[in-house]
Amino acid sequence: MGTLFIRRLIQMLLIMLVVSAMLFAIFDSDQFRKKVAVAELGGFGLATLSDDDYHAWLEKRGLNQPFPVRYVAWLDQIVHGDFGQSIEKDVAVSTLLEESLSNTAVLAFFVFLIMVPVSLTLGVLAGMKEGSSLDRVISFVAVFTTSIPQIATAALLTVILALGLKWVPTKSAMDDGWSFRALVLPLLTLLIYDIGYLVRMTRAAMTEVMASQYIRTALLKGLPYHRVILRHALRNALIVPVTLIFLELNGVLSQVVVVEVFFQYRGFGRMLFDAANFGDIQVLQAGTLVAVCVAVASQLLSDVAYVVVNPRVRFVR
Amino acid sequence: MLLALIWLPLVSFVMFRPALGAAGRYVLLPAAPAVIVMYVMALRRWRESRVALFGITLVSLWLLIAVTVPFLPLADPNKPLVPLLPPGTIRNGMLFLLGSDMRGRDMLSRTLWGCQRVLVWGITATSVAYVVGAGCGLLGGYLGGWWDEIVSFIGNVFLSFPVMVLFILVLNVLGQSGFNIIIAVTCSSAPIIMRIVRGLALDARSRDYIQAAQTRGEHPLWIMLVELLPNVRGPLIVDACLRLGYTTVAITTLTFLGLGLQPPDPDWGLMIKEAAPAALLWKYSYMLIVPALAVSSLILGFNFTADGLREMSQRD
Repeated sequence: MGTLFIRRLIQMLLIMLVVSAMLFAIFDSDQFRKKVAVAELGGFGLATLSDDDYHAWLEKRGLNQPFPVRYVAWLDQIVHGDFGQSIEKDVAVSTLLEESLSNTAVLAFFVFLIMVPVSLTLGVLAGMKEGSSLDRVISFVAVFTTSIPQIATAALLTVILALGLKWVPTKSAMDDGWSFRALVLPLLTLLIYDIGYLVRMTRAAMTEVMASQYIRTALLKGLPYHRVILRHALRNALIVPVTLIFLELNGVLSQVVVVEVFFQYRGFGRMLFDAANFGDIQVLQAGTLVAVCVAVASQLLSDVAYVVVNPRVRFVR
Repeated sequence: MLLALIWLPLVSFVMFRPALGAAGRYVLLPAAPAVIVMYVMALRRWRESRVALFGITLVSLWLLIAVTVPFLPLADPNKPLVPLLPPGTIRNGMLFLLGSDMRGRDMLSRTLWGCQRVLVWGITATSVAYVVGAGCGLLGGYLGGWWDEIVSFIGNVFLSFPVMVLFILVLNVLGQSGFNIIIAVTCSSAPIIMRIVRGLALDARSRDYIQAAQTRGEHPLWIMLVELLPNVRGPLIVDACLRLGYTTVAITTLTFLGLGLQPPDPDWGLMIKEAAPAALLWKYSYMLIVPALAVSSLILGFNFTADGLREMSQRD
């Protein structure tokens, strides 16, 4: 188990290094550096930037050094929590990141809090007896909810809950203080898709386990049904779903872009979207790096969880 | 073959309309019968799975609309007529079945035209992703060794990005256009396709028919493309249906974010984007509902087709 973990860890570090080098190289190109130069020198656009000014600026910022030297210096800055300044908003990128990530973390916390118990229960119930009417209803609904893209869910939920029934506000900008009611729509939009997905995966794992020999043996030797499910089937059926829960973190980071933009919630996805639209490349660079970092960490966590819940791997390695 | 008959005219119509001029719509003529033939063939072959039939019906319906919409008696989707008409009103001798949006464009016409762009770019992007992904997967799975290590590592690097973040990055760096959407979709989908193909190739490598081909002294490229690929197509077709759905979602989402295909041509994502700030009243909510239902039904079609196909392959 130890060696497996270390091998995965090394691989992840390697990926992070490659991704950070890629990001650095992309935003280090003249195309993007000129934008920063214009912003810092206070010009009116790329056309007003003369070559001499640009080169003087490069000199002043120490950007004429060779690529590896600058890359290492940049990494050093990032490790110390310095992501540079946002061009558009004139604040440190790290403050922006902190604020938006904490808002998204709140959203993600509620998503996981509701998603995990609900979808595991529904998935197990559906997979317990393949082909039963309960199974068919749950499976159908799950296919249905995973088929509706989140912009459509967001639009339909707005129409029903906010415009029709007027239970919740249409937007979640939360200009006058935090409120849970404003969080309902983005939360539901994320949940409807994610629960459907996890239910399908749990159901698939559960049906596979229920068809196996040892469950049949347990049932045939006369053990009570609930005991077979709780003691024998669940342990094996939940291995895959548990690892998927961690991988969902990656998915949520991607889904929040749409949901937060639609509902104007001030989170990570919204920040990234604004940065992309206004060409705020420092924020875009830092945001992407953080997103990849979280995603890679969640992959590592998922691997660890797999080893922890799966005795076969734990004892063989 | 049939797919090419549908797809080529559509692509040429949507991507090169200005070059074709007024007579451009006649390019689409061979596509309509092709859609119908394809649908009938699917009906025959998949008779046993109701889910797959339901799915393919939805998909074929949208395909048929995509190829016939220039011939339908509809208002110009980009022409402002009368703004904010509720669905079903008759004004100036014209019926606005789904109403009109806040700039007065006919919603029905925009919804029906909207499926063209999504289908064309979606199918194209998925195909490109498949060529790249399957190529890399075959290389990694069949040749093994260093090829495998390199290809897998590159795939893992791309997979470590959350999808939307990768899209935003790619489109921001390369600029916003349809062709860059293809690149973005390839970056995010190809690694997953690669993993599937690699697994299948690893499994098939030790089979007799591959070893027979090796003994015959066939070229590795021949073995990969002619012997291996056709034999692993079953799971790939299921995945392709799912992936078409994902790509459609991605393209709609990108247009919604304003990062993908540019206005003014109608597009579902764009319609939701434009309606979102306006539809703050119950009576205007149709502007949100119509495109949302349209995109959902297309993706539902892809997903149900995939589900039915999987079910059938498990039954055999």
